[in-house]
Amino acid sequence: MDIFVICLLTIGLFFFFGGAVGIIRMPGFYTRLHPAGILDTMGILVMVVALAIYNLHQLTFESVLLTIKILLIVFFVFLSSPTATHSIVDAGMRAGLRYWTKKKEKE
Amino acid sequence: MTVSTRSPGQNSCKQTSGYLKSFFPFLITFFIMFLSWIVLSGKFEPLLLWLGGISSFFVSYYFYDLIFPDFKLKYFTVFFRFVRYIPWILFEILKANFHLLYIAFHPRLKEIIDPQIVIFKTNLKSDIAITTLANSITLTPGTITVSANSDGVFKVHALDRQTAEALPGVMLEKVAKIFGEKI
Repeated sequence: MDIFVICLLTIGLFFFFGGAVGIIRMPGFYTRLHPAGILDTMGILVMVVALAIYNLHQLTFESVLLTIKILLIVFFVFLSSPTATHSIVDAGMRAGLRYWTKKKEKE
Repeated sequence: MTVSTRSPGQNSCKQTSGYLKSFFPFLITFFIMFLSWIVLSGKFEPLLLWLGGISSFFVSYYFYDLIFPDFKLKYFTVFFRFVRYIPWILFEILKANFHLLYIAFHPRLKEIIDPQIVIFKTNLKSDIAITTLANSITLTPGTITVSANSDGVFKVHALDRQTAEALPGVMLEKVAKIFGEKI
């Protein structure tokens, strides 16, 4: 059981690492938001599920309630993070920031 | 979303007509409120349960039409179809994540990405369907919804050609099927 939890946490860490590397390496403003999507979908999902499983170690009624609360975090993140990302992009577009393309790189 | 257009005082003094209009939404709101009270408090003393029951009764008595502005029996089937949609969208997110990880660690990153804005029109009518599609697109890494209006026109920023080509596609069909709309 512990090994399984550790595996899930490591996978989550790997997703977070990939997202961070992506944010640093991507060119332009809008493209950087894409790897940020890895962080708050897959990274959060895998790590929080790992914590929820770890919490179910001794199966009592309270730990089940706590697990539901932990899984509610995922629910709210999945609800709010697309909205936040969308509003950032929308603000950028309204301010008139052009997006990075290959053609511009060549000029 | 539809809630924001009406004035707050209008709900409670509206004339109710029939069971379907007022009782079912009241019951469902009450159950949601009471369930979240139990989950979040986690204590089962009778006093606390009574307090929770009374407060969720008042909340659902005054605000029963906030969650369901106009209640139809159709919403039950929509809900179950939406539940069946969740595993599919999680699997899509997983696939897109691996694709994006591959891009992020690729040594020649600037050559394989090709950011572009895709504009497409859908025939989705209801606000909730458009919101679901827009949020699903943004939740999938590699595509971000720039704007979506009530006519069903979507502007999507895609990271490379592969994600851009796959765009309206299956996801639109699934969302249209959930809410019973034509594509």
